[in-house]
Amino acid sequence: MVAKKSIKFIKFLVLFLVSFNGFAGGDKNPQGNTIDTPDEIREYISHHLKDSHDFHFFTDNASGTHYSFPLPVIVWTSEGLKTFMSSAFHHDDAGHVVVEKGGVKLTKIHSKIYELESGASSVSFDEDHHATNAHKVLDFSITKSVFGMLLAGLLMFLGFVALAKSYKKGPIPTGFGRVLEPLVIYVRDDIARPNIGDKKYRKFMGFLLTVFFFIWILNLLGLTPLGFNVTGQIAVTVCLAIFTAIIYLFSASKDFWAHTLWMPGVPVILRPILAVIELVGFVLIKPFSLLVRLFANMTAGHFVVMSLIALMITLKKDFGPIGSTGMSLVLALFISVIEILVAFLQAFIFTMLSSLFIGMAVEEHDHH
Amino acid sequence: MYNLIGAGLIVIGGGIGLGQIGGKAMEGIARQPEAAGKIQTAMIIIGALLEGLAFGALILGK
Amino acid sequence: MVAEAVLKKIKQKKLSNLYSMETLLNDFSVGLFVMQAVILLIIILLMRKFAWKPILNALDEREGGIANALKSAENAKLEMQNLQADNQRLLKEARAEREEMLKEARDMKNKIIEDAKTEASDTANKLVAQAQASIESEKKAAIADLKSQVANLSLEIAEKVVRTELSNKDKQLQLVETMLGEKSLN
Repeated sequence: MVAKKSIKFIKFLVLFLVSFNGFAGGDKNPQGNTIDTPDEIREYISHHLKDSHDFHFFTDNASGTHYSFPLPVIVWTSEGLKTFMSSAFHHDDAGHVVVEKGGVKLTKIHSKIYELESGASSVSFDEDHHATNAHKVLDFSITKSVFGMLLAGLLMFLGFVALAKSYKKGPIPTGFGRVLEPLVIYVRDDIARPNIGDKKYRKFMGFLLTVFFFIWILNLLGLTPLGFNVTGQIAVTVCLAIFTAIIYLFSASKDFWAHTLWMPGVPVILRPILAVIELVGFVLIKPFSLLVRLFANMTAGHFVVMSLIALMITLKKDFGPIGSTGMSLVLALFISVIEILVAFLQAFIFTMLSSLFIGMAVEEHDHH
Repeated sequence: MYNLIGAGLIVIGGGIGLGQIGGKAMEGIARQPEAAGKIQTAMIIIGALLEGLAFGALILGK
Repeated sequence: MVAEAVLKKIKQKKLSNLYSMETLLNDFSVGLFVMQAVILLIIILLMRKFAWKPILNALDEREGGIANALKSAENAKLEMQNLQADNQRLLKEARAEREEMLKEARDMKNKIIEDAKTEASDTANKLVAQAQASIESEKKAAIADLKSQVANLSLEIAEKVVRTELSNKDKQLQLVETMLGEKSLN
């Protein structure tokens, strides 16, 4: 039931995406030529690793047609909130196209939207890559990453609400719920319970389960050719880590604060030093390690997979088209399989460490 | 240039650490196969902490 | 050659700009952060309300149900064992009772036979005694009768003898003597 529904949903989504061809087609590629030199490949990869304002599948270089669909741009400028579709930029990412909206001139460079100051017609940079006649705007656009998050949230919501509803019919779920139920039990019994403790784990299950499946689905979406790199956006991982930090800092027990700020059983002189170390550890280092691990793993994964795919082009001279394609296919396949494991592992580790930190915070020490 | 040398050192250090963790975990599992699950979980957690450290150093160092 | 090219590229800062702290900070989009925070919060709240709570409750319920079922199965097993023990005991008791009853019956039978035997022998003895007594009395009566007849006879004889041979006194005496000797029966 659920599986059929979700397949239908994906079919609908694909049709929806493809139907945008006509809408987006016809824009001429400003650069227009094939990506074949290492520098261009590097540029392409680093572009992919960044967020983007439209959903780009591929570009037909012969006709210069982009197969993509635009996403809404919502920016907070000096003149207030401005919204328009990203198609207004005509796939420009180098600051050539300037969009005028209600007295504000906006342009996009490397996936960042700049507001030009009055009189300027293009952004100029100083030596340190700081814009001299423009500033970045607060960008609340439905970018590709936001779109991915909404998609992941929707998939999650549909799947698990269906599972929740199937319990009304009987104690054993049917259909796709049979796959999801063991995962929920896994998170509960192998991640939350042993780390937080049998008494207190229930309160945090909502967060842990949501984060686990959210990260996992987004990681897996990143492996599809749709080209999402949501968990490889530093802002996303920062947000996830801050959520974890807020949860464990605000649910910490008295014991935790007593032990952190005034460690018993240690010479009094050492106590303030330890307090500082512990505090920095809990407030900064632990969230930082959480966010950096997820970000770096996903970025590195995407980078490696794309570099191996690019071997097809870079090794063409040495091995011929068939040899280079075969090599890149085998290597990319191998790394992709490892990336599927990493996608799960990173979701698992994020949830595991979150619950570990929460467990440390809520633990009640027995008084000796 | 020095950045790359530093990155190399970080990777060497991280590699040694991961090797130690993995090796000891294997020994532990060989000695007590019934505790394999617990050892694996602990191994992954420590590996993750090490990984975070190495990535942090890589990013801060550059 | 290759090393030179690599060095050149490093000098151009093309290899090392992928992952520096500066690029990271530059890549950090406040807008994306805000959007992510809002979306994550909404997802967490929605999922908590519509998915996780019912799922976890259903799981708890099911696990509780399974535990209860196992417990009641255990109880039923114990009860069964008790019942079986009871049955065994009852059977044993019944067997013992039957045994007892059989024994009693056998005893009773023996007693009845014994009684019958003693009674019979008593009766027989009594009859024999009666018979003996009656034989004795008959005998006595017969002897008395005989005695009186003998006396009569002897008187008759004596009469006859006296009548015939009264002449010879010696002979008479002798005769009486012999006759009396002959007649001493008892």
